[in-house]
Amino acid sequence: MSADQKILELVNVSKRFDTLDVLKNCNLRVAKGETIVLIGPSGSGKSTLLRCINLLEPPSDGSVLFEGHEISNDLRSGDRVRREVGMVFQNFELFQHLSAIENIMLAPMKVLGMSRHDARDLGQELLRKVHIPDRADHFPDELSGGQQQRVAIARALAMRPKIMLYDEPTSALDPEMIREVLDVMTELSNEGMTTVCVTHEMGFARRAADRIIFMEDGEILENAATEEFFGGRANERAQKFLSQILH
Amino acid sequence: MSFDLVAQYLTSQHFLHGAWVTILITVVSLFFGVLAGFVLALAQQARFWPVKVMTITYLWLFRGTPVLFQIIFIYNVLPSFDIRFSAFWSGVIALSLNEGAYMAEIIRSGLQSVKKGQRVAGQALGMSRLSVLRWITLPQAARIVLPPMGNQMIGMLKTSALVSVIAVQDLLLVANQTASADFRYFEALCAAGIYYLALTSLFMIAQGAMEVALDPKARRRRANGEAGLRAIARRILSNTTTAGGDNVR
Repeated sequence: MSADQKILELVNVSKRFDTLDVLKNCNLRVAKGETIVLIGPSGSGKSTLLRCINLLEPPSDGSVLFEGHEISNDLRSGDRVRREVGMVFQNFELFQHLSAIENIMLAPMKVLGMSRHDARDLGQELLRKVHIPDRADHFPDELSGGQQQRVAIARALAMRPKIMLYDEPTSALDPEMIREVLDVMTELSNEGMTTVCVTHEMGFARRAADRIIFMEDGEILENAATEEFFGGRANERAQKFLSQILH
Repeated sequence: MSFDLVAQYLTSQHFLHGAWVTILITVVSLFFGVLAGFVLALAQQARFWPVKVMTITYLWLFRGTPVLFQIIFIYNVLPSFDIRFSAFWSGVIALSLNEGAYMAEIIRSGLQSVKKGQRVAGQALGMSRLSVLRWITLPQAARIVLPPMGNQMIGMLKTSALVSVIAVQDLLLVANQTASADFRYFEALCAAGIYYLALTSLFMIAQGAMEVALDPKARRRRANGEAGLRAIARRILSNTTTAGGDNVR
């Protein structure tokens, strides 16, 4: 994984809401196939950083480069970029009026113009991939949290994204369901899916991440390989945070 | 009283025509009313402030004065500015404009009931704003909006009787004229009442059918072989007991 294979680059990205500086000069490079875990206290700007990547929140300053092209200078490119960047949310956000498989089929049909028949095949294939092929016709309120989140992952995968962004994907789940979601994410990561994940699941970070990024007050304070980070070589504030969340 | 006379009125050309005029006014006014309401609901969410001020003024005017006033105003005052409409169209315009103001509030509340996260999730998949509105926001809002909209529609059927003051030959005016000509108030009004009840019943069935059509789970049950009529009947019966409360998420 050399640096010239980088798929995504943030250069001096800042984000202000009115007078509040949420992100301050953040720099980040993500290589193709890499898995990065973003950690940090709440309010440190992790989610905002994630949303700057797919331009759901356009950066106030700095640039975002996707596959070498700057995308942050033209906000109309947002829709196009988001076709290639999958995103998974803390609260799943499955479309309530659609069944599991219809949730997966919607974007390929309406954005890519795929036929209903092909989209259904794709939906079935992806439901198998996230280990719930028998829940195709269930509606979101008939699925457990873990199942909903796995459908949400399948829905994002349906657009054949080049990178997956996860925004605290297991924070809203009951403990016994966290594993099934993390397993799917780990499998995807191992298959080479480029991943940026905001999470407090340190077990997942150890298992799947190549690098750990630590953020506080809108700044990236540490960016280290996973072994180094957990090997006690992270900087002081990151160490302190780590000891807090590990109790 | 004479049941024969009621039956005679019910089948008379006069009453049939009156009922037809009532249906026509109601349906046409509803069509334009919903259209106006939809545009107003979207305009209210506009960030450009003059648009916002205009829609709020509109709502203020049309919700702040009686419909009867609006009907008479359009029919009697506008001609002095050389704007002339037939009695029928004056009625339709007044009812549509008035209905639009109420529909706007219903549709706005429906659109707002769809949480922002749903739209963001659509955007995150690369869908355009229009696509998100069409395939994510509207279908969810429609289910929320349908019960209060059904109320409005049935209300419109009855409000349409107000156009009789500007001499549109609707069901009520026909009944009243017939009654005073024959001195048979009871029979004439009975006949009109039966027509009104029949029409409101039709509207209720139509509302039930639309709710079933928009209920995604009913769609699945239908695919599994449940008869459509039974679903509609169940929907109407459950509505009278829960007053649409089962649509609240």
